[in-house]
Amino acid sequence: MSAAAFSTDLHEGVLRLSARGEWTARGVGPIDRDLRAFEDDAVGRELLIDLAGVERLDTAGAMVLQRVLRACATRTDISRFVEVSDPHQSLLEQVEPHLAPCFVEPAPRNGFIMMLNRLGEGVTETYFVALEILSFIGLTLTTAVRAILDPRRLRMTSIVHHMEETGLNAVPIVGLMSFLIGAVVAFMGAKILRQFNAEVFTVELVGISVLREFGVLLAAILVAGRSGSAFTAQIGSMKIREEIDAMRALGLDPMEMLVLPRVIALIVMLPVLAFLAAMLGMVGGGLVAWTTMDISPALFLTRTKETIVMSNFWAGLIKAPFFAFVIGVIGCFQGMEVRGSSESLGQRTTLSVVQALFLVIVLDAFFAMFFLEIDF
Amino acid sequence: MTSAAENDDAIIKVSGLATQFGDVFIHEGLDLTVRRGEILGVVGGSGTGKSVLLRAIVGLKRPSAGSVEIFGEDFYAADETTRRAIERRWGILFQGGALFSSLTVTQNVMAPINEHLNLSFALATEIAALKISMSGLPPDAGAKYPSELSGGMQKRAGLARALALDPEIVFLDEPTAGLDPIGAAKFDELILDLKESLGLTVFMVTHDLDTLYSTCDRVAVIAEKRVIAVGPLDEVRASPHPWIAEYFGGPRGRTALSAAKRRTATAAE
Repeated sequence: MSAAAFSTDLHEGVLRLSARGEWTARGVGPIDRDLRAFEDDAVGRELLIDLAGVERLDTAGAMVLQRVLRACATRTDISRFVEVSDPHQSLLEQVEPHLAPCFVEPAPRNGFIMMLNRLGEGVTETYFVALEILSFIGLTLTTAVRAILDPRRLRMTSIVHHMEETGLNAVPIVGLMSFLIGAVVAFMGAKILRQFNAEVFTVELVGISVLREFGVLLAAILVAGRSGSAFTAQIGSMKIREEIDAMRALGLDPMEMLVLPRVIALIVMLPVLAFLAAMLGMVGGGLVAWTTMDISPALFLTRTKETIVMSNFWAGLIKAPFFAFVIGVIGCFQGMEVRGSSESLGQRTTLSVVQALFLVIVLDAFFAMFFLEIDF
Repeated sequence: MTSAAENDDAIIKVSGLATQFGDVFIHEGLDLTVRRGEILGVVGGSGTGKSVLLRAIVGLKRPSAGSVEIFGEDFYAADETTRRAIERRWGILFQGGALFSSLTVTQNVMAPINEHLNLSFALATEIAALKISMSGLPPDAGAKYPSELSGGMQKRAGLARALALDPEIVFLDEPTAGLDPIGAAKFDELILDLKESLGLTVFMVTHDLDTLYSTCDRVAVIAEKRVIAVGPLDEVRASPHPWIAEYFGGPRGRTALSAAKRRTATAAE
């Protein structure tokens, strides 16, 4: 066994390439550069390729030999292989019709134009996605109306199942997060308010921020990450396995069976989670106030009752069903948009979380402006 | 390499193999020998562990007992280097093609070439193009992503990838499942062609009776957790085992047989 090698000589105007050693995919790698150089030199010459010294030949080696012959030979009647054993001959013949080059990637295009292309695509796509989401919302609402008029269409088992999945199972994480955020807000407030000798206002700070914004936002964000993405993944994988098509073909409405129960479950559970988050946020803030500022729980409660208007609490809670609707609809919508591959499933799941969070924050901003205008 | 010298034409030797999932045994005391240069078809009912046997041979499912000898080396007793060396000498076509979905067909075929051989990009693409063409795909398929290909083309692309390193053994898991009869027949021809020209040994798990008749040199039947019959098709068909009798004697078995007879008759003319 020896490495692939070759030597060339010129005899009466005929080039002769003598190949030796192991002409395998591994073997021809190192000599490929020299062979290409030889091909360039020998273009148009008559060439004999002598395989007498070849110990092993595989398709890659045969392909390289055929390439050399084809590159050099213009007069194929003279250029040929000589001293070829039978198995090598059959390999060479096997390879010969398959020498056509092959594309590696789709043809590259001008980078700048491609960038403009993507930009344009992105803009038009945003428009169409907005339209599609709106029509999906419409579809969900009409399905909901139909189901309310004919309550047998409501899938109670499914709704309760999703209430447990999205609501009950999210209680520990939502509770812990809001407790910590309440505590952090109290800490920050206490540190700054102490400079003005107004530590007692920590109660207002914690109360208003947690009740109005943090509680419901935290719950919504966690639910978007937990359940919105799960909705997309569940519906998306059903879509990949053609289960959705099967439902349609059997006369079952996927909107009614898959989308509506999920959206309803979220609309019921997110306010509960938001309430829980608000309460635990207050507890977190109160605990910090008690331990670091000597504001006793009793004082904290009285002050809360005296200074914090009830509207703060309602302003927070009223937003929850709207957030829930947006999260549920986006999760299901993206699931329905999954096409073909599991790659698309991954993309859609990411998109679902990003869009749900984006819309939740935008909606929250609108609510803030709205409440400001009506002095709520 | 003494065992290789003793048993020269055995390229794979499975002895006493047992595999299990939890407490459930899939195989128990299974023996099977694959000879160099043959096409061995493995058949069996659904759930008898044909694919599991394939996975056990190629190291994807560790057996709980027994040994798998490939190229004269005990695969599961061998060290990492030996195993890597063995793995380079076989190619596997998985049931669904198992192409990497984020790579184009050419990049898929180039993946093992680039990983195992230190070749220039130009040479690697040339080799990939050769395999793609040999697998019967048109050149423009190379730049396509797997999701853009039909089922038959995906199988061909998978075969091209399996052939990338000029393997000595090719494992095929249900190569013609999901193909239309014409596509399946062409795929059978392709496998025969490649076996003839490249001297491949083919280990094929299949359900397709036509494939068995048209390509396989020997057939192994798996039932009752072991190989109950192995040999040339005619011998196996004559076995009295009820499953075998039903498999080959059922309506589909008879149709495939008469089709095979017609084929040989026309070939003789």
